[in-house]
Amino acid sequence: MEINYNRPIDADLFPEGASRCSFTQFSLWMGFLTAILLVGLYAMFLVFRYGIGVTHLDDHFGFGLWITFDLAVIALGAGAFFTGLLRYILNIDPLKNIINLAVIFGFICYTGAMLVLVLDIGQPLRSWFGYWHANVHSMLTEVIFCITCYCIVLIIEYIPLIFEQKQLNRIPLLHHIAHNLHVTMPLFAGMGAFLSTFHQGSLGGMYGVLFGRPYAFRDGFFIWPWTFFLFVLSAAASGPMMTVLVGTIMEKCTGKKLISFDIKALMGKIAGTMLLVYLVFKFLDTGAWIMSIAPRSGLEFDQFFHGWIYGKWLLVAELLLCGVLPCVILLKKNLRENPALLYTAGLLDCAGITINRYVLTVQTLAFPSLPFEQWQTYAPNWVEWAPCFMVFAYAAVLLSLSYRYLPVFPQEKQLNG
Amino acid sequence: MSAKKEFSVKWGMAIDLDKCTGCGACMVACQAENNLAPQADASNKRRVMNWLVVYELSNGKAFPDHEVAYLPRPCQQCAEQPCATVCPVVATERNEEGGIVSQVTPRCIGCRYCMAACPYHARYFNWFDPIWPKGMEKALTPDVSMRPRGVVEKCTFCHHRFMQAKDVLRTKGIDVYTRAVDGKHHCAIPENGYVTSCAEACPNGAIVFGDLNNPAHKVYQLVTGNDNAFRLLERLGTDTAVYYISSREWVRRLGDNYLPDEETQKPQQILPKKH
Repeated sequence: MEINYNRPIDADLFPEGASRCSFTQFSLWMGFLTAILLVGLYAMFLVFRYGIGVTHLDDHFGFGLWITFDLAVIALGAGAFFTGLLRYILNIDPLKNIINLAVIFGFICYTGAMLVLVLDIGQPLRSWFGYWHANVHSMLTEVIFCITCYCIVLIIEYIPLIFEQKQLNRIPLLHHIAHNLHVTMPLFAGMGAFLSTFHQGSLGGMYGVLFGRPYAFRDGFFIWPWTFFLFVLSAAASGPMMTVLVGTIMEKCTGKKLISFDIKALMGKIAGTMLLVYLVFKFLDTGAWIMSIAPRSGLEFDQFFHGWIYGKWLLVAELLLCGVLPCVILLKKNLRENPALLYTAGLLDCAGITINRYVLTVQTLAFPSLPFEQWQTYAPNWVEWAPCFMVFAYAAVLLSLSYRYLPVFPQEKQLNG
Repeated sequence: MSAKKEFSVKWGMAIDLDKCTGCGACMVACQAENNLAPQADASNKRRVMNWLVVYELSNGKAFPDHEVAYLPRPCQQCAEQPCATVCPVVATERNEEGGIVSQVTPRCIGCRYCMAACPYHARYFNWFDPIWPKGMEKALTPDVSMRPRGVVEKCTFCHHRFMQAKDVLRTKGIDVYTRAVDGKHHCAIPENGYVTSCAEACPNGAIVFGDLNNPAHKVYQLVTGNDNAFRLLERLGTDTAVYYISSREWVRRLGDNYLPDEETQKPQQILPKKH
């Protein structure tokens, strides 16, 4: 048999008809990512060996970068459940071209968040107590239930994609498993949407129920504070745009067209619609917070802010610059069909949701809850940053491997002629 | 949120801020009694383990009108707890006659959600392994469990002393609780039979401990109908078991958040006149 030495050594593993960079180039890229992973692993070692005291967290800021990071990636990973819902339950067919990426990115976000959570809790070996000693009154219990269950759903959604790898798919058993999982996918998409809606909501509910912390506390409906619903809506508003951004970054890195622009624009329109719904309720919520909760707590609006670090600019940035502005761009057809504007709107949208998660986590705790206290400030140290970058590197590794070996992008062949 | 539990006996404190000199004896006594490990570097006050902290309050005025007050802050043992309702693993709850909020450290997973929830900052996390310098382990209180790193802990109103007081009664063949005709439990522990270490150590008698529901107890008499009594962050509705007393209006006003045009409030909850 004649061997073509110009093909990468692992070319037989590539998706049908796809070309990829050389194995050497790929290995160098993987080596770079491994270096970041190793730094993160060293930080993990320090935490497990010596305790969480090696971070800058303290008794005032029991929650910090890690919780902010978890909340942000879980919101931005919501593209998986929301796109799955639209594709499989509401049958918006064109989304089949981006659903694989949404599932993989969702899987990365959830597993990455769980990895950081393992670091963040003081007794990770007791994590299962959430099931064994469950407190049904706690929003966090519901988060533990739904996140772990949804992670299993994401694994089930990812498996058929792996089994569709060209060589694996030749094995009849794996081929049939992949096929049958595809057939039952609407069921899992439905389960994913249910679980994801509830834990996104419960993550918001976690803050809204803190009646001792007027910065975060919100009234609500029945047992759910308004933050419950706001977190669901904001996740649905930002998750699809994050998926588009990740796809676009992959296009820039690989130099190929992977998703047609009309699909991206459609995702933008969906995200924009959700962002509009979210912003309407968010403005109402902010108004109620200023007009009702603050005076009821004996506080004036200005007291919720402090200096530059916890200043009003964060609120303005979250609601206007990263809220109203991307919403307008995404909803106006002629604006969102300009690629630069679409991506800018996506970045602003995701940044706004991240600011929201940050202020609810950190500013809530920085606020002096006792009248004779002062504002406190918090800045994470490298041991907190390193695992976050480790998750970024983990995401890059998984996306790179998936792109190289799995049929992730149905349009790739057609778009690259 | 779960319904508020009422108990026939409600252990509580009255702390007279006009008597407190800020000497810190209560903090030291608490640390020694409850096996709080010493720290090699205690310069970061947001990392120092103190179940009871003495805050310095200032009236904010310049000399010669400047005044200070000292406010010891144990766990407030809320009847409506911000913390227990959020704990995902029921590692903290208020479910025992006496109304003390428990902390089950062997069950705590160390998520610190309770710390984020508590507006009094009464909860502390074990950031590192607790280490006692050689010889100090001989001074440990045998009835108080040690806590490992990675769990949250807090003031328990010296719960082990409550257990000891009950044991004293049992060894004498006396029932700890008797049910009266009104259906309520009456506790047979005498007023001085169960006292927290902080109250015991206070040289000025500023901290008084007892049953807030028992008119025979001094703590009841000190706070009932006393316009100078207040609780921290009363308007949150946490219904705490720690009362503070001060004749100085500015001190009482610092007990809660007030809008500029609001008057300093009196204790909202009137304690029952009869036990």
